[in-house]
Amino acid sequence: MQRALTLQQTTIGKKVIMALSGLIIVGFTIGHFLGNLNLYLGPEAMDGYAEKLQSLPPLVWGTRLVLLFALGAHISSALSLWARNRQARGSRYQKRKDLATDYAARTMYWSGPILLLFIIYHLLHFTILPAHPGEVYRNVVEGFQDPLIASVYIVGNVALGFHIFHGIYSAFQTLGANHPRYNSYRRDAAIAISAAITIGNLSFPIAVLAGIVTL
Amino acid sequence: MSEELLNLTLHVWRQDGPNASGRFETYQAKEITTHMSFLEMLDVVNEELIENGKLPIAFDHDCREGICGTCGMVINGVAHGPQKLTTTCQLHMRQFNNGDEIWLEPWRASGFPVLKDLVVDRTALDRIIQAGGYISIRTGSAPEANEMPIAKAIADHAMDAAECIGCGACVAACPNASASLFTAAKISHLSLLPQGQAERQDRARQMVAQMDAEGFGGCTNHGECEEACPKGVSLRWIARMNRELVRSMVKADTPIESRKR
Repeated sequence: MQRALTLQQTTIGKKVIMALSGLIIVGFTIGHFLGNLNLYLGPEAMDGYAEKLQSLPPLVWGTRLVLLFALGAHISSALSLWARNRQARGSRYQKRKDLATDYAARTMYWSGPILLLFIIYHLLHFTILPAHPGEVYRNVVEGFQDPLIASVYIVGNVALGFHIFHGIYSAFQTLGANHPRYNSYRRDAAIAISAAITIGNLSFPIAVLAGIVTL
Repeated sequence: MSEELLNLTLHVWRQDGPNASGRFETYQAKEITTHMSFLEMLDVVNEELIENGKLPIAFDHDCREGICGTCGMVINGVAHGPQKLTTTCQLHMRQFNNGDEIWLEPWRASGFPVLKDLVVDRTALDRIIQAGGYISIRTGSAPEANEMPIAKAIADHAMDAAECIGCGACVAACPNASASLFTAAKISHLSLLPQGQAERQDRARQMVAQMDAEGFGGCTNHGECEEACPKGVSLRWIARMNRELVRSMVKADTPIESRKR
């Protein structure tokens, strides 16, 4: 007997999972960025904010579990679709001209793995192996004063920007939100959210490198 | 538009059969008038090949008026060639310039095995239709036209989806060789109309299951299909298909078996 088909077994179901998990991660990224704005308020604000978060283990660990689950679902669906999509073409075209694909869409398979490596580095750098445990402000500023580390963050956040621009725009479509009256807002929202997060996040290493934020 | 004569270089995918390996061969198309259609140009090239005792280039065609969905090839990397909203048979040589090099390839997709040269087997699309792209009605004499009232706006909307001629250009143009636009157009046009409601609950699940079983890729929302579609079938139908699928999964009374090719 054949097994019943479930949503996540279909290509569309896998995309729905990618859209929902992606939106969860984007939601976290917005909160993460807003929290980081404390950097501009000085060491007390930044370290105080971090301490406050750490004093709420259910919030911290709840968020971590949800994110881990979302990231796992996002990546496993992506890998499964990637393998399938490669097979679906079969032989390659000698000539191929894209008519609609933008840069962000074309590079999703690059920006995704770059982001994963960046996230692992980022967690090791600040969360798992911080130079000075508990001194968030100092870790950030000392870290970004090294141009090599700062450039890792710049590359990571540029990849993030392209990835979530196509991701947000695409998630609406995947989840069935496509109506000629609202489609321009869909694109505008994707541009606004991804630009705000990317420019905001890039401002941190740049502000430190430029000497605007110092120890 | 004044007539001109073109001399063109064609690089054509030649493949002797489904299991043979293909290669490009180069031909000269001489003194082609700009009034010819693309397929007429190939007819001229084929005449010369036959005269010289060679096998003509195999390509699919039928109505040659852009409505049957039989013709189709990838011309310089674009399904159905450079003119928007146009099938290969309705593409005219005035779209090209004297001295142009033209690369001709078949639709490339695992779901569309090449039969010969530029001809592919598109029965996968027929099997998707068989899986759920039908309605159950009493056959017999034609019903009274106004028996079932349908609002003009809904009828127009359904017609936009029903414009799909099943040519497969969406699959050819998609970076993932996905048949989403085709399947979505068929699911949508039936789900919008009262006649399509009886099977609505199972239709999306069955057709999507068949689409996946045929080895087509998934949709990554690039929009290449919509650009290539000679009938301008919109990406919005894919969004509707996704809604229909989730709806039929959530509301399902009976489990549906996964499908085989």
